Amino acid sequence: MKTAAELLADIPGLAGVEPVTRVTIPARLDYTYTPGGAQSRFLTALTGQRLIGERCPECTRVYIPPRGVCPTCGRATTEQIDLPEVGTVTTFCIVNIAAKGLNIEVPYCYAYVLLDGAHVSLHARIGGVPHDQVHVGQRVRVVWNDRSRLQDKPSLAAISHFTPTGDPDADPETYRRWM
Amino acid sequence: MPEVLSAPLIVEFPFTRSTGPVIGAFLTGLRERVVLGIRGSDGRVLCPPAEYDPVDAAELSELVRLPDTGTVTAWAWNPHPRPHQPLATPFAWALVRLDGADTALLHVLDAPPPDPDDPRATRTGLRVRIRWAEERSGAITDIACFEPAAEEPQP
Repeated sequence: MKTAAELLADIPGLAGVEPVTRVTIPARLDYTYTPGGAQSRFLTALTGQRLIGERCPECTRVYIPPRGVCPTCGRATTEQIDLPEVGTVTTFCIVNIAAKGLNIEVPYCYAYVLLDGAHVSLHARIGGVPHDQVHVGQRVRVVWNDRSRLQDKPSLAAISHFTPTGDPDADPETYRRWM
Repeated sequence: MPEVLSAPLIVEFPFTRSTGPVIGAFLTGLRERVVLGIRGSDGRVLCPPAEYDPVDAAELSELVRLPDTGTVTAWAWNPHPRPHQPLATPFAWALVRLDGADTALLHVLDAPPPDPDDPRATRTGLRVRIRWAEERSGAITDIACFEPAAEEPQP
């Protein structure tokens, strides 16, 4: 297979010009996102530094963020539950590649945090601890972002990150079913 | 129940792609205001060019310089252009077979209609010409669009 420059060598006016070898083609989708009633309640509560999940009336599992319906039973989740600010790391990774347009310094630790009383994990960053000390079972607490910076706009950005509480690790029996 | 929220959400993947020798040459040509096709195993000229022959899969390498005029072979009217589409006014997506080529190139045709919902100015067989972009970088958008050519239809 010849190169682009070799293919162009015989074309009048194009011989010797710098050949194109790469193109950047952004694929872009513009949405208007509507989170629905349950997630709107969750996001609005975050601005007041509250963590609200919802319980399935059938299997009694608690979902956070709530989607308004239990994915297992198909029942509407009508009961709101205030969840505590502490939970357990159920998995994590260290991210070393900076995504374009994401204003986060790398490396950072990204984890699932199972809040006490919840049956699904929240996605969150872990901070305030060297990355090589983050581990599954670690007990962590939410660190809120400065409320004035958020201008009371409902957003996941209300949560800055989670940081270790320093308590002993959770008993694996408390989270192994919800990893 | 609180107000149901709503916010803009933009999902964007900034893909960078290697162009390879043939598409690389094609895009280099566009940057220099030249359209290149490629000759297939059966002698047909393919534009846009392919690296491998669509019939017998042979590696192709004979680039053919084509003029900037051609004929519309098919089109679809777009009465309400979306943001980021090539033109802000109603236009046609068109397949254009350039003179000297045997296949057609998909691009945009700017043939202003009598009114926005009436594509009458656009038709199959219309003779068209490339309108080059002012600033070209080696991309398909170096062709700003096609526009009607001021000449009689060819037989």
